[in-house]
Amino acid sequence: MLAAMFLAAMLAALLAIVMLLPAWTATTSQQRLIERIDDLLPQTQCGRCTFKGCRPYATAIARGEADIDQCPPGGDLTAAALANLLGRAPKRVDPRFGIMPAQAAVAWIDEPACIGCTKCIQACPVDAIVGASKFMHTVIAAQCTGCELCIPPCPVDCIEMRPAS
Amino acid sequence: MAGTRNVHGGLRLDAHKQRSTRTPLRLAGVPPEIVLPLDQHAGSPATPLVQPGDVVELGQPVAVAQSDISAWLHSPVSGRVSAIEPRQAPHKTDALSIVIANDGEERRHAANTPIDFRSLKPAELCEHIARGGIVGLGGAAFPTAAKLLRAFTSEQPHLLLNGAECEPWISCDEMLMRERAADIVFGAQVLCHALNAARCTIAIEDDVPEARQALQEALATCAGAITLATVASVYPAGGERQLITSIAGLEVPGDGLPADIGMVCQNVGTAAAVARWIRDGEPLISRIVSVTGSGVRQAANLEVRIGTPLASIVADCGGYADDVQALIMGGSMMGVALASDALPLLKATNCLIVAAAADLQPRGPEMPCIRCGNCSDACPASLLPQQLHWYALSGDQPQLERLGLLDCIECGCCDYVCPSQIPLTQRFRAAKPALLTTLTARRQADAARARFESREQRLARLEQEQRARLEEKRRQLTGRKTPPAGPE
Repeated sequence: MLAAMFLAAMLAALLAIVMLLPAWTATTSQQRLIERIDDLLPQTQCGRCTFKGCRPYATAIARGEADIDQCPPGGDLTAAALANLLGRAPKRVDPRFGIMPAQAAVAWIDEPACIGCTKCIQACPVDAIVGASKFMHTVIAAQCTGCELCIPPCPVDCIEMRPAS
Repeated sequence: MAGTRNVHGGLRLDAHKQRSTRTPLRLAGVPPEIVLPLDQHAGSPATPLVQPGDVVELGQPVAVAQSDISAWLHSPVSGRVSAIEPRQAPHKTDALSIVIANDGEERRHAANTPIDFRSLKPAELCEHIARGGIVGLGGAAFPTAAKLLRAFTSEQPHLLLNGAECEPWISCDEMLMRERAADIVFGAQVLCHALNAARCTIAIEDDVPEARQALQEALATCAGAITLATVASVYPAGGERQLITSIAGLEVPGDGLPADIGMVCQNVGTAAAVARWIRDGEPLISRIVSVTGSGVRQAANLEVRIGTPLASIVADCGGYADDVQALIMGGSMMGVALASDALPLLKATNCLIVAAAADLQPRGPEMPCIRCGNCSDACPASLLPQQLHWYALSGDQPQLERLGLLDCIECGCCDYVCPSQIPLTQRFRAAKPALLTTLTARRQADAARARFESREQRLARLEQEQRARLEEKRRQLTGRKTPPAGPE
């Protein structure tokens, strides 16, 4: 009799844990989903998706606040991988978010024309531009993701995109 | 020997070496025109030092190494540079090449002099070896100096000289060991000095008694920690990773280099080339090549100047027999069939098989995989070729990565044993570039993510510090102990 009661109590406790578990792990499972989405994104950090980088976009997708067709650098392959991960119908990238060049490109600074204003350095999301105020700047080509965010701030238009070697 | 280990897989194959080792090593004729492709070594192409019309001497540098993985080129003849233009080469149809017209005078470049290698520091000696245009002569043509410099990270590495010429038909290293063992031993001493190596092992196969005898005699006259080791003649016992496992009992990490585990592997031919450069002042302008197969009248091993047309080498061996089916550069397992014989000999060309119908294994149509598992038994890299095959067909890159496609050494053992005649190696070779591209992109994405996140953290920290400074200032101005309540 005592053993049976003990067993029933144990079962009830176990059931309570199992029922409460989803609520406890909801945040961590969403974190995991964000990680997995972020892993599929190209990490260009270009912001074409209207978010401030790949991770914020991943967060928005996980919360259902953004669609999977907003990443031009990743292209249709990334959109397909996202659809596969999230169990949705595959989609092509919406051209309204931008079109990427067929060949990978990196930023290049025409160094004699650079006036050393540091505006591009502040714009670069991956710290791939070196230089200081009133000194010439240059792009570390190996670390440039080709996001093009440095081009609009340049007051003398001395930055252009060149094919990555 | 202690520390030895058996290598997984491999095949015992007919060696077909007697044909080309019957006659002694001899010098090939020097052709009227030499073609030197600038990118005949691994790494970046060399930059020409000469212009069309320049007069060059035998052994004069004609192209300089462009980066740390690149190699110098020297003129194998004296004469005049007739052109620098794209020419057909075994590895490429339009390889930019220096073309030299031979004047037959054999004027030597006086600046090439012997040096006393013991008076140089290891780094200086590596630099000097680089200036000799020495590359790995086992087939990959990786610049030797670059390989030595990469091993500087390990203290007193173990130098392994690879004389295990496991691939059928090739016998140039065997002839070199038989006839020029002293060169190999001298080269071993130079390489030991360049590496500050603790010890040196020369590895040979168990089916070359004459070579073993010659090396033992050469080793008897020299003092030093050079030993001779024997491996079973199983293909591919002479693969770099396989040889290190069987001699030292160590496994080279899949994503690492032999230098990471304190090993440096060099071909015996490379050691002999180093010896000739250091001792005689002769840069890498010639190499030994096996010319063999039933399609050539007198199979032999010849010492040929780099850049000699293959047709002239075959003519030197009595010319073609009546029934020639294919011209193969390299051995029968990994060699490539050439479209023509109007191509120059490269530093990496170790063998030329002029194959008659009897030499070629007829290959039937491809049939479905029957899951026999012969390929995984034969694979010397311990891979599962049957699985890789499925995933290569479907382009499943995560699976290809997981199953170690990039560890495939393309030895051809799986092809050879496959009862369904599936061209496995060809599939794997085709699937590798796409996988490498994906992995590179992922590595770059990971780096970009890390840089983005560290920048975000830095910006947040700076903003916080700025806010703290403002608050401090406000407190000083108002004289209050706590900041005013209210919205930020």
